[in-house]
Amino acid sequence: MSAEHHHHKETFVTKYIFSTDHKMISKQFLITGMFMGIIGVFMSMLFRLQIAWPEKSFSIIQAFLGDHQQTDGIMNPDTYLALVTIHGTIMVFFVLTAGLSGTFSNLLIPLQIGARDMASGFLNMVSYWLFFISSVVMVASLFVEAGPASAGWTIYPPLSALPKAIPGSGMGMTLWLVSMAIFIASSLIGSLNYIVTVLNLRTKGMKMTRLPLTMWAFFVTAIIGVISFPVLLSAALLLIFDRSFGTSFYLSDIFLGGKVLHYQGGSPVLFEHLFWFLGHPEVYIILLPALGISSEVISTNSRKPIFGYRAMIGSILGIAFLSTIVWGHHMFISGMNPFLGSVFTFTTVLIAIPSAVKAFNYITTLWKGNLQLNPAMLFSIGLVSTFVSGGLTGLVLGDSALDINIHDTYFVVAHFHLVMGVSALFGMFAGVYHWFPKMYGRMMNKVMGYWHFWLTIIAAYGVFFPMHFIGLAGLPRRYYTNSNFPMFNDLADINVFMTYMAILGGVAQLIFLANFFISMYRGQKATQNPWKSNTLEWTTPVEHIHGNWPGKIPEVHRWAYDYSKVDESGNYVHGQDFVLQTVPLKDGEEPS
Amino acid sequence: MLALFYIFIAVALGVSFWQITRVMNLRGVIANDDDNNKQGKIALGFMAFLYAMMIYCLLAMNVIMLPESASIEGEHDDILFNITFILIGVVQFIMQFLIFFFTYKYRGNKDKKALFFADSHKLELIWTVIPAVTIVLLIGYGLWQWNNIMGVGDEDNPIVIEVYSQQFRWDARYAGEDNELGLGNVNFIDINNLNTMGVDMSDPKAQDDKQVTELYLPKGKKVLFKFRSQDVLHSAYMPHFRAQMNCVPGMVTQFAFTPKYTTEEMRKNEEVIAKTKGINKIRTAKGEDPYVFDYLLLCNKICGASHFNMQMKITVVEEADYKKWLGEQKALAQVIKKK
Repeated sequence: MSAEHHHHKETFVTKYIFSTDHKMISKQFLITGMFMGIIGVFMSMLFRLQIAWPEKSFSIIQAFLGDHQQTDGIMNPDTYLALVTIHGTIMVFFVLTAGLSGTFSNLLIPLQIGARDMASGFLNMVSYWLFFISSVVMVASLFVEAGPASAGWTIYPPLSALPKAIPGSGMGMTLWLVSMAIFIASSLIGSLNYIVTVLNLRTKGMKMTRLPLTMWAFFVTAIIGVISFPVLLSAALLLIFDRSFGTSFYLSDIFLGGKVLHYQGGSPVLFEHLFWFLGHPEVYIILLPALGISSEVISTNSRKPIFGYRAMIGSILGIAFLSTIVWGHHMFISGMNPFLGSVFTFTTVLIAIPSAVKAFNYITTLWKGNLQLNPAMLFSIGLVSTFVSGGLTGLVLGDSALDINIHDTYFVVAHFHLVMGVSALFGMFAGVYHWFPKMYGRMMNKVMGYWHFWLTIIAAYGVFFPMHFIGLAGLPRRYYTNSNFPMFNDLADINVFMTYMAILGGVAQLIFLANFFISMYRGQKATQNPWKSNTLEWTTPVEHIHGNWPGKIPEVHRWAYDYSKVDESGNYVHGQDFVLQTVPLKDGEEPS
Repeated sequence: MLALFYIFIAVALGVSFWQITRVMNLRGVIANDDDNNKQGKIALGFMAFLYAMMIYCLLAMNVIMLPESASIEGEHDDILFNITFILIGVVQFIMQFLIFFFTYKYRGNKDKKALFFADSHKLELIWTVIPAVTIVLLIGYGLWQWNNIMGVGDEDNPIVIEVYSQQFRWDARYAGEDNELGLGNVNFIDINNLNTMGVDMSDPKAQDDKQVTELYLPKGKKVLFKFRSQDVLHSAYMPHFRAQMNCVPGMVTQFAFTPKYTTEEMRKNEEVIAKTKGINKIRTAKGEDPYVFDYLLLCNKICGASHFNMQMKITVVEEADYKKWLGEQKALAQVIKKK
């Protein structure tokens, strides 16, 4: 399929809506993900107001919540739980899974491996539209009368199964499950497509060991997704059965609303196992693409090869493997056999090794570099920083003996927000700043990028660093207010500080949105290879064409990281500090 | 009023949009030497901010932390926690320094050449092996402690107490003279006849069981808690004792510890006095009653609208006082009306 054959006229519908072009689909994923992100972040602003000033009335709460969700500008307890539930769901699945993987896997896989498009453009389109439908259903669930799902994003039954236990477990929960089922279908179709594309459509010379680390990250992420998402689907289906058809997979011996319910013989612990069999790998489904993006961005902007390319691949594979056998660390005190707890402690803490390798390799890549501090680079450096800060506390939580006392406290909230929330968002921002010229043919403004980055990282640390300590003070998460406990009175000031920081972080994202949309229309026109990068996507024309390359697909002769390669006399081998992957080896040049 | 407010915001946003667009036409898009220089220095400034915050939190927030473990089993938790925390603290300080200092030190300029340094087996080996060894030592201690806490044998001869959860309250049942709990199941719940915990009253072991709404524990005796829930998941969290276990409908879970200090002794603990002082300063300013330290059991698994207010007081007393208190409680056979 060569590009010259595309003379047929495209209508608005085939070009912008039901497009099968991976570049357009990636933009669709990004915009939908950003829209969901705005909802998710806005929700966090609302419940942060509640946490900081539990008895205070806010007109913004009055304006955005329905009459049965708030009284005189103070939100109701169920609404608080609904907000944290949907915030978690949206950020984890809709923004950081679909928004991140969907955007960059779609954009970069064909471009970086040298393919005209995804293996199946049609399935790719289906994947997006299923994601779109699931987003619509999830947003629609916010408007049902009894409120959206409110049992926490982990939706543990029996709370999520019994509308009598919490109003959000009625229609809101049904829509949540429907939305997630569609979402999982979307994710599976997408992931299969990514795997097949990476395995089969690499251009000539693009050996697996020459793939940029972004490709390795997206490829392995897709594999983890295919292994673990179906388990969540089955967990959700069994929950639907319990809710609607009277089965007892997860329920047993329940007395609620004055009578004994008929459920007999099930166990909520089964649900926890099934949920976390996805839930934990999900963390890496979110994080690996961000790490992949930062590998590429850090290497390019350091003008240095990524340090330890093979070790990086090894650690991606190691993390992926381990991620599927550690889910029990979410369940140390669930009532499962303590011996299982020991096994899961062991596997969990092992993840620190590949993670440490990655962190050290990033830092060594920075060492003696010629750092071009573009916004994308700063976000990648920020990612390394928050990944280290958040990752280290994993050593505390992963140790079952210590987990007993901090399980489900704010210490956990601080840990996972830093290590996967903020880090992955930073990876996503780095990706947007770096590949914006590839997506829209224009550049984003750097000054706004700098403001965006510094305000965001200050806000992120400002919110989540002190949060560890209120967790260590024993404050449980998901409390509507903690003013009923005098022992937590001394945490109130810290909560107020964190809320101010959260608002700062929220406002900083407006700078990003402004930068994004203005640059889309008025940004400076991009050149073909603005960051002087080695990878294949920068050999395509700035204007998008079907099939990506106007002529033949270029052949690859080297790995992606020949930055600042010098010969014996200290001169650049190819006269400049970067060498495109398409440049053949010179006589006597050693392959790296 | 509200509408006006939002219109005002929209106008303000529109104006700033316009201003920003003007700025964009003036400024560039790719970092030049000037930017590298500036951003590198800001990175150094940020590092100072981060360090200041970390040190401030570590020092100033010490007082709000939980006091030392009030259970004997929890002592090793505290030691293990301190070792882990010092370790990760040191690593954190070094790593953040390297990240931001390198960002500053190696900020780019036109005349610089980056070092082509792609691999070093020696370095890779160092930072694979050192974390691995450290981690093995840490989890060695951790797992020893985990088995310590979770393994409760008959030879410990613990006092058995059932902790019973429902939306949104806690109850407890003491096993009585025989130290064995009578069978419990939701099917036996009979609210009209005061059988609220679903105890099988035909079970001989149940007759001397005692149902209470507050926990009294004897100092220095091992207590084995059996947890039940009648509706959704709850989690019995007793932070002062380093104890937590989920309450799962349909099964009985357990956790054991030995109280180390009575409530009175704990109130005289230095850390508790400092924390209480801080709390009472805030409470006095708001005109609220002063706070007196008590052990608490909190719900720590999302369980519904009033999850945030599900608590039970725990009082630890000397064994003699405990026996006296327990003697005053009525046995279930006297409380629950026979059908």
